[in-house]
Amino acid sequence: MSDTKQPQPGDELVATVPEDELQQPSRWSNALKEILGGSVMLSVASVLLALVIGGVLIAMTDPKVQAASAYFFNQPFDTFAAIWDSVSGAYWALFQGSIYNFRRPDFATGIRPLFETLNFATPLIAAGLGVALGFRAGMFNIGGRGQMLFGAAAAGWVGFAFDFPVGIHLALALLAGISAGALWAAVAGYLKAKTGANEVITTIMLNYVAYYFVYWMLSTPGLLQAPGSNNPKTPAMKETAVLPLLLGERYSLHLGFVLVIAATIFVWWLLNRSSLGFKFRAVGENPHAAKVAGINVNRMYIYVMLIAGALVGMAGVFQVLGTVTTGFSAGIDAGIGFDAITVALLGRSRAWGVFAAGILFGAFKAGGFAMQVSQGIPIDIVLVVQSMIVLFIAAPPLVRAIFRLPKPNPLALAKNEKLNGKKAVVTK
Amino acid sequence: MSVASHTPSAAPITFEKAELRSWKIPIALGVLAALALVVFGVFGRPGESRFRISTGNDFFQIPDAVLPTIAAGWVFGVLLLALAAYAWWLVHSHRKVSLWVTIAFAGIFLFAFLTWVSAGELIPLPGLLIGAVGLSVPLIFGAMSGVISERSGVINIAIEGQLLGGAFVSAMVATLTGSPWVGLLAAMVAGVLVSFVLAAFAIKYLVDQIIVGVVLNVLVTGLTGFLYSKVMTADPSRLNSPPRFERIGIPVLEQIPVIGPVLFNQTIIVYVMYVTVALVAFALYRTRWGLRTRAVGEHPTAADTVGIKVNLTRFINVSIGGAIAGFGGAYFTLGSVGAFTKEMTAGAGFIALAAVIFGRWDPIRAMLAGLLFGFATNLQSVLGIIGSPVPSQFMLMLPYVVTIFAVAGLVGQSRAPAADGKPYVKF
Repeated sequence: MSDTKQPQPGDELVATVPEDELQQPSRWSNALKEILGGSVMLSVASVLLALVIGGVLIAMTDPKVQAASAYFFNQPFDTFAAIWDSVSGAYWALFQGSIYNFRRPDFATGIRPLFETLNFATPLIAAGLGVALGFRAGMFNIGGRGQMLFGAAAAGWVGFAFDFPVGIHLALALLAGISAGALWAAVAGYLKAKTGANEVITTIMLNYVAYYFVYWMLSTPGLLQAPGSNNPKTPAMKETAVLPLLLGERYSLHLGFVLVIAATIFVWWLLNRSSLGFKFRAVGENPHAAKVAGINVNRMYIYVMLIAGALVGMAGVFQVLGTVTTGFSAGIDAGIGFDAITVALLGRSRAWGVFAAGILFGAFKAGGFAMQVSQGIPIDIVLVVQSMIVLFIAAPPLVRAIFRLPKPNPLALAKNEKLNGKKAVVTK
Repeated sequence: MSVASHTPSAAPITFEKAELRSWKIPIALGVLAALALVVFGVFGRPGESRFRISTGNDFFQIPDAVLPTIAAGWVFGVLLLALAAYAWWLVHSHRKVSLWVTIAFAGIFLFAFLTWVSAGELIPLPGLLIGAVGLSVPLIFGAMSGVISERSGVINIAIEGQLLGGAFVSAMVATLTGSPWVGLLAAMVAGVLVSFVLAAFAIKYLVDQIIVGVVLNVLVTGLTGFLYSKVMTADPSRLNSPPRFERIGIPVLEQIPVIGPVLFNQTIIVYVMYVTVALVAFALYRTRWGLRTRAVGEHPTAADTVGIKVNLTRFINVSIGGAIAGFGGAYFTLGSVGAFTKEMTAGAGFIALAAVIFGRWDPIRAMLAGLLFGFATNLQSVLGIIGSPVPSQFMLMLPYVVTIFAVAGLVGQSRAPAADGKPYVKF
């Protein structure tokens, strides 16, 4: 399960499988089996399957396909051609909108969609890391929305209400947003630690409390509302607080992406190299065992929610200081708090897995808008594809059955487990 | 946790009576009563509060009730304090605080609050309550779905998806067939389909039930949003203008003041709701199915030992729950608004989930919680019209805050069925 080499006192408990026995059939067939049965192949298969289902939906609702299928038995080829046109047109638009636009004359402008993708991915990765961290400690953080809203509100408030020198202003706004998200998340952690309240329920409820609270602040003059306005919206951020663009005016990529890479490295280090992260994982695997081992489980719940909330709050900061800098309203979270759950699941709660999943979903978002404009396919299809991906990933037996993938080799798994320093007791 | 390992002493064995007194309810009621006295009495708002009680259709007309706001605040505050004292006395003499004390307390508190906010204004009581019942219908159906599936041990976070699916399919089918009845049936089928995915992934593939629920909500939101934008809006008159159910007044009963127009002049969906709640409450505690459901949800291994098919029971329960929630989803279109709009359930499924938990997984309590939440939501919109001293956002927050309190065990103890969320694998 983990990708580290934690030296464990119980290493000798691992059943030692002789090296030659492992390599017996053939090293290559084993490797192939591992790739086919492993989690990478499973993720790829899940994405493919979801895209196919999305394609079916797109084809079914296309009026041209419907028209052609009316005379399917006379000219079946027409129907297939229409389906091909419809689906390939949609996914081609998705590609052009998310990676490279071939209709542009030169590379410099053609590559712009890729940076658009990274821009969409930035808050997704940050929030996804937060949710993933919670997962690893056994905490199901559905409160991304509320944590983002509070992060955005705090960062936005510092961003438009104060005057600080360049650099310091941005740092302070970032700090405010991160702390607000952390504190809001810690409410759920505290309740779980002190009263045993299920964090799923409390975080869902805290989402709504946060929404209405931020909405109230946005519509109250003197708090977050723009002066002289009746709309529940803040004034624009001050120039000094906005995340600077990395590659000049032409590309929308901002400093947030660098910060999110740093956050990914931090989460990787935290989970795999730090003692706190080890405690988190221990609590996540088995809280009772962790307690016996002397870990203060309740304190871990609070700590993990603090850090997770900080990461999700960071996503809120990116929204107000990077994506929408002209003032924000209560919809600033843009569903990222919930998308983060799917990102974390797709990334299997590993730091770099979340990073990759965030970029994939960022591409879906960027391309989805392009698809909506050029092909008239509602962006909601992205939600369908994303949720399908997660459903399939969550149920490996289903995907294996559909693609007839081999089951992962238990012996090879055992070997991996041993390398990873986990106690896998294999009999026989 | 530690077990004494001494040799048994020769002293005679004395049984100690376990102290199971919980002071939480009296303390909570006491705090609230004190708060009411201070806010409604000491800092009362000057003026008079008027309540319209009768509608034109009643047997006899009751004149508008006019209460001097501050005096009424004192009276209600003292009444609340008396109830809190009664609860304290009950606990002190080792008796349980019955549900009725809490209900009476909540009712008086709400009325005192109404009197306080409406100083110098007129509140049409029947209108307020009719709206409250209307808003709580989908919540109650959703809560019944949650109760049935969670009592059998499957966490149902997908209530939102079931409601939304029901709303979408009922609008479309009712428009296509021209019959709201067929639409209702289709809504139930849609709810069952959503449930089926939940059950298949949770029970067959042992996927974490919370994950499936969360993802299902996203899936249904995406699917209905996609089909709405792509298919429905292309031809709204042919696909999205369902016939609506008319209000049916029950003769005689509908003419009782206040209660009549609120409870007995409603659409068929609301009447079905009364029956559903009664049926679920009866079936859960008084029938073989109910006993099996609770056994499976509390201790699946024991249930299996006596020959109850655990996973089959869960599958059936989740499906029934889906049908009920789908039915409730139809209320959004066939019962109130008419046409389907994107994400029209707007989080009702999560409030229903809150009602399940606040109602401690009990059908009657969950219904009362649903009514309370519906009332709070409607009160907020009525107060928006007359202008209230409390920002409307705080009224809207209420259901979620009380749920957090309930889950945290600050007010009473809300305990889930023991095997809720745990898949059952037979070895």
